[in-house]
Amino acid sequence: MIWNEACECMSRQDMEDLQSERLRKLVAYSYDNVTYYRKKMDEAGVKPEDIKSISDLSRLPFTVKDDLRDNYPYDAFAVPMRDIVRIHASSGTTGKPTVVGYTKADLETWAEVMARTFSAAGVREDSIVQVAYGYGLFTGGLGAHYGAEKLGASVIPISGGNTQKQIMLLQDFGSDAIACTPSYALYLAEVLGEMGIDPRKDLKLKYGIFGAEPWSHEMRAQIEEKLGIRATDIYGLSEIIGPGVATECELQDGLHIMEDHFLPEIINPETGEVLKEGQKGELVFTTLTKEGIPLIRYRTRDVTSLRYDKCGCGRTLVRMEKVMGRSDDMLIIRGVNVFPTQVESVLANMAEIEPHYLLVVDRKNNMDTLEIWVEMSEELFSDEVKKIEEVRQKIKDNIQSLLGLTADIKLVEPKTIERSMGKAKRVEDKRKL
Amino acid sequence: MIKQLSVFLENSKGRLSQMTRVLSEADVDLFALTIADTTNFGILRTIVSDDEKAAKVLKEHGYTVRLNDVIVVAVPDHPGGLSHVLDVLTDSDISIEYLYSFVNKPHESALIVFKVDDVEKAMNSLNEKNVPLLSRADLMR
Ligand SMILES: [Zn+2]
Repeated sequence: MIWNEACECMSRQDMEDLQSERLRKLVAYSYDNVTYYRKKMDEAGVKPEDIKSISDLSRLPFTVKDDLRDNYPYDAFAVPMRDIVRIHASSGTTGKPTVVGYTKADLETWAEVMARTFSAAGVREDSIVQVAYGYGLFTGGLGAHYGAEKLGASVIPISGGNTQKQIMLLQDFGSDAIACTPSYALYLAEVLGEMGIDPRKDLKLKYGIFGAEPWSHEMRAQIEEKLGIRATDIYGLSEIIGPGVATECELQDGLHIMEDHFLPEIINPETGEVLKEGQKGELVFTTLTKEGIPLIRYRTRDVTSLRYDKCGCGRTLVRMEKVMGRSDDMLIIRGVNVFPTQVESVLANMAEIEPHYLLVVDRKNNMDTLEIWVEMSEELFSDEVKKIEEVRQKIKDNIQSLLGLTADIKLVEPKTIERSMGKAKRVEDKRKL
Repeated sequence: MIKQLSVFLENSKGRLSQMTRVLSEADVDLFALTIADTTNFGILRTIVSDDEKAAKVLKEHGYTVRLNDVIVVAVPDHPGGLSHVLDVLTDSDISIEYLYSFVNKPHESALIVFKVDDVEKAMNSLNEKNVPLLSRADLMR
């Protein structure tokens, strides 16, 4: 069901007019209220009045994550703290977190776009939604929470982890929708299987709202099959608003971007040049309506492409292709795009282990090979070969289903994998191309 | 019942000699030692004079170790000695995960280490059939 037809099914012309009007306001607002924007625009020689419509967008300078770090914690905010009613932060791999602030109106926008998301995923007023994203500084839990509440569903704010309790509530509370990471959904499915619970018979679960990490179509098929649900991919990042930036509809053919609030572009990550419809590149967003921390041409580092044709669901909102990872650490192995984060999510959900891993890519007889080194831990270790082989096989199977690629799993002794300061080394590409 | 110490080894020979050196420097004696090898990794299983101390020093040197209970049986030195022991275990519905043998000076007979799924039950059954079980003290004599 479409939550907000007026916004989600607008004609392209109406949408562009609305976006242009909002963009003009946003640029003037940011120039007047955020010091680093004024500096950036002055340096680029652009004045707010130069921006008349969305076709002038490319005249504006980009914003990157470092801009937010440089203005840590509050200098990127456009309003005084008395107007900020919520603060979230995303932990970076290095140093300080990225801080975002929301005004009352921002929270209203967030709930609106998340209500659209839940609605597109199948959730209704009479649904019971188990929110198993983490609550806290991370935007996942609270973002999903207020969206589902706005839609009118019954929300169970269980937060992440505690699998036995999650399963108890799924059984006893009759949740028909669950919001969590896809790898956690897969893990839940496995535990349910081990406990002899058949989701199709023993649970009421019908809808999954999954995001916060890249996942493959194969993994979706697996989750849908194991849990007997429709699994919807949702997209968001805390800098833009959190979850709710884009969502799949029932056709699962790309994610509809809430472009009346978040204006997307695709650029060549090297040159910054704006790419055409259908071309793959880095996704960039301008937050058309945000008050707390407005962002102009924010580079997400996520790789995707856009398409503007009308969707079979009735929505006219532009669609982006499923995001498979970050522009700066993607590997292509046997023609398959592989992101280290995907491997990490597989390992993170197996046992309660700290996933120290290394992807070793090589080329033998003109064939790419992928070896994944995983450090042995006391939790994984057993005196029986059979048990260790089972773990190895399970890692291999999960990698296969997530990446659609066969990897050799090599178990290595603890501390074998080099730890550098800050960001760990995750890839060793030995291919001489 | 005796504690067995298992150590994870990547297939690197240097690590094995380094490991035995760590133990000898800590004055830990090795009574039994076997390696279960696969093409991908090895599990070293050993019975030592002081398992707590051995586990501690090995962990300090970055090894992944595990202690678990095994049964050590002195198999009578006559034809059918081992099969008698196996029959007792089979009749009691106990599965053997693995076994290995070793020699220990004061004992005439071959010593066999059994890893079974139910240690208590296996010990009771073997005791009933008068199969001698060894303790660590027996090995240290
Ligand atoms: Zn659609």
